Amino acid sequence: MVDQAAVLADRVWSRYSRKEQFIRYGVYLATLIAVVWALQDIDIFWPWVWDAPNQIQNLAVRMWPPAFNTWNEIFSAMLETVHIATLSTALTIFIALPVSYIAAQNTTPNKATLWLGRFILVSSRSVNTIIWALLFVAIFGPGVLAGILAVMFRSIGFIGKLMGEAIEEIDRRPVEAMQATGASKMKVVLYAIVPQVMPAFFAIIILRWDINIRESTVLGLVGAGGIGVLLQGSIDLFAWQTVATILLAIVVLVVLGESVTSALRKKVI
Amino acid sequence: MLEITNLVKRYGQNDPVLKGLDLKVDGSSVVSIVGASGAGKSTLLRCINRLVEPTSGSIKLNGNELVNLRGSELRHSRRRIGMVFQGFNLIDRLTVMENVLSGRLGYVSFFQALTRRFPQADINRAFHLMERVGIAHYADKRADQLSGGERQRVAVVRALMQEPEILLADEPTASLDPKTSQQIMSLLQRLASEMSLPVLINIHNVTQARMYTDRIVGMRHGQMIFDGAPKDFNQDALDAIYGGIESPDEDNGEPDTADDHTQGALV
Repeated sequence: MVDQAAVLADRVWSRYSRKEQFIRYGVYLATLIAVVWALQDIDIFWPWVWDAPNQIQNLAVRMWPPAFNTWNEIFSAMLETVHIATLSTALTIFIALPVSYIAAQNTTPNKATLWLGRFILVSSRSVNTIIWALLFVAIFGPGVLAGILAVMFRSIGFIGKLMGEAIEEIDRRPVEAMQATGASKMKVVLYAIVPQVMPAFFAIIILRWDINIRESTVLGLVGAGGIGVLLQGSIDLFAWQTVATILLAIVVLVVLGESVTSALRKKVI
Repeated sequence: MLEITNLVKRYGQNDPVLKGLDLKVDGSSVVSIVGASGAGKSTLLRCINRLVEPTSGSIKLNGNELVNLRGSELRHSRRRIGMVFQGFNLIDRLTVMENVLSGRLGYVSFFQALTRRFPQADINRAFHLMERVGIAHYADKRADQLSGGERQRVAVVRALMQEPEILLADEPTASLDPKTSQQIMSLLQRLASEMSLPVLINIHNVTQARMYTDRIVGMRHGQMIFDGAPKDFNQDALDAIYGGIESPDEDNGEPDTADDHTQGALV
């Protein structure tokens, strides 16, 4: 018989080798250094931090009770916010779908179009909605149009990238079958690709609409329409009770949007 | 009539998969192509409808040269070549009827395809063929709700919707259970004679090849090494095609199993 105890005693096992262990400690140390360095460098004025609880209390008192006398104005600004989100999401589809088609490796006509598609997606996504809004306010002047364009330009990258990935993940076999029937390229796309990416398409559009509602609420801070214009105005006038109402309205809108989209998502998937 | 002469297919700089293959199929004969995996059977079929580009050689269907066709000429030729696949290759989220009508995509306009407004003649043909293979009552069901055998019937009907001059079947029964695969094989056999349609079937199951086809072509390493009637397809031919490779459906596995047992005991 084999002496079990002796065999067990001789064997050493550890999850990580010496080298891996060394690398792990190195990563911990680097993280710690980065945090300490950041804290020292950003120069927080600490007395204000200690004063914050007082300020919060003070602001809360000034906000209470929320003023509902301008609810009419707030309501129409909220509607405008939703319209910005809806219009920009709908319009984005027409641009994002062709872009996703050329940005997907399996459908793009050639290398040049692939890189063009990827360039459009990356440049759209690397610029924040607010930055796009600043740009379009400078071009078209303040208002809803600048807001719609800003949300659109940011959404193209989001929808285009996710749709491109959905196209890349399709089952190739139906494509082969449709080619074998003698169908042209557009008909192959129509029958073999479109049905396969339909569920992803609806899920992505609904998700983006949800995100766009939230993004549209802050557009007004740079003058690009929606509830944010009213919010900025009320803050400037120190009308804190109105500010409170607007914040409440935004919360209600976001929750409503969330429940509508989750209901829609269940229907689609 | 299908006439293949000196067909060569080479992927990249590797050894050719097809090494100067000649094959002639005429009339309504059902031809099975047998051979081990990697012998070049799938490549051969896909060269015919140009899903794979042949490197050199000639493929003529009823006198028309298929190699070197481009664009719309190629698509027009593909309309006349039906194909059935191992994995059925249906569009799962579309209905059975849409899948069947997709066989007409080479004939209808993009707008008709988009709006699903196919000519009445196509719809009549679709119902007729679906009734013929017993799937008409599934017309409005989604394709992914059907069983494997039913799905392959849809795929067969889709190929027949093309009004093909030849039918290619790439291991049409390999994903099916034994009983269903027999049904599909006999269906292909009967359809071929009813429509006087030549059928080329890649198949692994030698017993079924013998039972349901008029002629067996044996391939090995990209070359044809047997061509004859099922009755001439004897053990020698089988050994030549699968030699050194265990044939999937012949019962000569006992010595190996015994070997395994002895080895197991030694360890």
